[in-house]
Amino acid sequence: MLKVSSNPVVDTVVKLASTAVIMFAFVFVVMVPLYDVLCDALGINGKTNGEAYTSVQAGIDESRTVTIQFVATNNEGMPWDFGPSVTMMKVHPGASNDTVFHARNPLPEAMVAQAIPSVSPSRAAAYFHKTECFCFNQQPLDGDSAAEMPLQFIIDRDLPSDIHTITLSYTIFDVTDMVGGAIAAR
Amino acid sequence: MGDHHHGPAKGLSRWLFTTNHKDIGTMYLWFSFSMFILGGAFAMIIRAELFQPGMQLVEPAFFNQMTTLHGLVMVFGAIMPSFVGLANWMIPMMIGAPDMALPRMNNWSFWILPPAFLILAGTLFMEGGAPNFGWTFYAPLSTTYAPPSVTYFIFSIHVLGLSSIMGSINIIATVMNMRAPGMTYMKMPLFVWTWLITAFLLVAVMPVLAGAVTMMLMDIHFGTSFFSAAGGGDPVLFQHIFWFFGHPEVYIIILPAFGVVSQIIPTFARKPLFGYDSMVYATAAIAFLSFIVWAHHMYTVGMPVAGELFFMYATMLIAVPTGVKVFNWVTTMWRGAMTFETPMLFCMGFLVLFTIGGFTGLMLSIAPADFQYHDSYFVVAHFHYVMVAGAVFSMSAAVYYWLPKWCGRMYSETMGKTHFWISFIGFNIAFFPQHFVGLAGMPRRIPDYALQFADFNMMSSIGAFIYGASQILFLYNVVATIVAGKPTSEAKTWEGAEGLEWTVATPAPYHTFETPPQVR
Repeated sequence: MLKVSSNPVVDTVVKLASTAVIMFAFVFVVMVPLYDVLCDALGINGKTNGEAYTSVQAGIDESRTVTIQFVATNNEGMPWDFGPSVTMMKVHPGASNDTVFHARNPLPEAMVAQAIPSVSPSRAAAYFHKTECFCFNQQPLDGDSAAEMPLQFIIDRDLPSDIHTITLSYTIFDVTDMVGGAIAAR
Repeated sequence: MGDHHHGPAKGLSRWLFTTNHKDIGTMYLWFSFSMFILGGAFAMIIRAELFQPGMQLVEPAFFNQMTTLHGLVMVFGAIMPSFVGLANWMIPMMIGAPDMALPRMNNWSFWILPPAFLILAGTLFMEGGAPNFGWTFYAPLSTTYAPPSVTYFIFSIHVLGLSSIMGSINIIATVMNMRAPGMTYMKMPLFVWTWLITAFLLVAVMPVLAGAVTMMLMDIHFGTSFFSAAGGGDPVLFQHIFWFFGHPEVYIIILPAFGVVSQIIPTFARKPLFGYDSMVYATAAIAFLSFIVWAHHMYTVGMPVAGELFFMYATMLIAVPTGVKVFNWVTTMWRGAMTFETPMLFCMGFLVLFTIGGFTGLMLSIAPADFQYHDSYFVVAHFHYVMVAGAVFSMSAAVYYWLPKWCGRMYSETMGKTHFWISFIGFNIAFFPQHFVGLAGMPRRIPDYALQFADFNMMSSIGAFIYGASQILFLYNVVATIVAGKPTSEAKTWEGAEGLEWTVATPAPYHTFETPPQVR
């Protein structure tokens, strides 16, 4: 085994202290990124991919209909009016679908919001492709103004056949104070 | 032995500047006992509030601070330092070493502890109150919604983590380098073995806890979003990191207790420990498994089924090495010439109650069943059976077992047995009914509860007061022994005791094994 020092006590101490430092770093450089990678890859926690979907689907599967439900929640203390324009859609896998969410800032001052998506059942997250989503970016709104926020998505043709209904939920957060800070928006 | 053997310095500076493993061990033991009383006082407030339904004594906000501080003080202030104190006293004497490998660091790792707890207890008097988010401090309760005192809490966790890491490095360095000639690894007393493995666990996971609180600090003050969904983080990540530390932590608490019991049962059964080798391997197996079971604390966060199954089976696997240990203890007693002095009573109490706690743990490990038990009083009952009847009972056993060696005076057997029986009865009255209210649906960490839980809660509170009072008797017993116990100078206090610590004079001289003994 590697000898750091000829004094066996010093040798043990240096190795153990290094282990402690490595474990501290391990939390930041391994556990956090690994968690994100695993959640993305496996669709755990209903996390959908944070980037626009660009590939092309091989035709529309008209034999199948999937119900998509939209849910919107305001995080605590978020004053915006926020919600889907339609609460439910019936779609075919492979087809491109459009909808909008509306948002209104009732306060006099400008604010910035971030919507965080979650898909249920979480198994469906990997098959829910967004080609365009307001959740990819932060949403600034001037005081006392409103906006329509677009969402465009495709349900993958490989969606497991036992899934008939997918719920897409957005929680909107007030990030006005965090803008400029270290934000990894998705 | 020449005249250069100087005894301890006089006055306060003896304790401030000491590098003697016995002095430092004594300070650790007294400090942990004072924390045990403080954490116990918090528990008494909790049980007094829960004596009857409705809001009786304290505000809900203060109640939350009590549950939080009770957990933190008991885990980090009472149980962990008490076993570090025991390690300081006993490991050098058990392996035939003159002192710990790093005596000055030893002094430092003790003396940074009291300030850390002074800061933690001081948060009670700060604006916004003490931490109120539970000892598991889940984000975002402990970040976005935390009282301002959370920053002091984070600092104190950093300091006591540093103390634990230094203490563990010291123990590993001592055990690996300072064993007497002939003391091979497989001849080491089991207490030394369990502590060696515990120390490795501590070096591996205390930095993970430090990482978790550092991320909290950054989220609160420096605009990062590790645990904030709004910034792309995830609160569930906190739970994964916390329990990656937290599960090995429960074995950090219980493995030294296993070691103590493995020393005491053979003494009073007058038979060598059954299955020494399998005890060592079982300890190592438990330590390894502790790293791959953490998510059984979080079955309800929405894990994939494959994850739930993996963590369920891995958790159940721990019952195998633990079962090996319980089997070996029972088999050691089998056909032994047993006597029932106070340390043995506490060990047998440990054996029965810890096994009950193990069984409820097995119940909790079943993922589909856990959805009902999760965050209920059943969990509270479970972990008090393993933490109190496991760690604290074995610690009491250790004090009665080695106290005559430490101070050269014998405790009163009648008073010791009284302490045991009051503890045992009080403990069971306090915690057994909590299984029932938990199964019936009473959630943990609430200051008020539905009327149907009233009777069992009143019972539980009465038991808790009895158990609390029995610890005052413990304090009395220890002080009375030190001040006025019957002097004894027998090197071997107990007829059946084995080990190097029983070959030195009684009371143990300030310096022991300056010439290493030869072990055959």
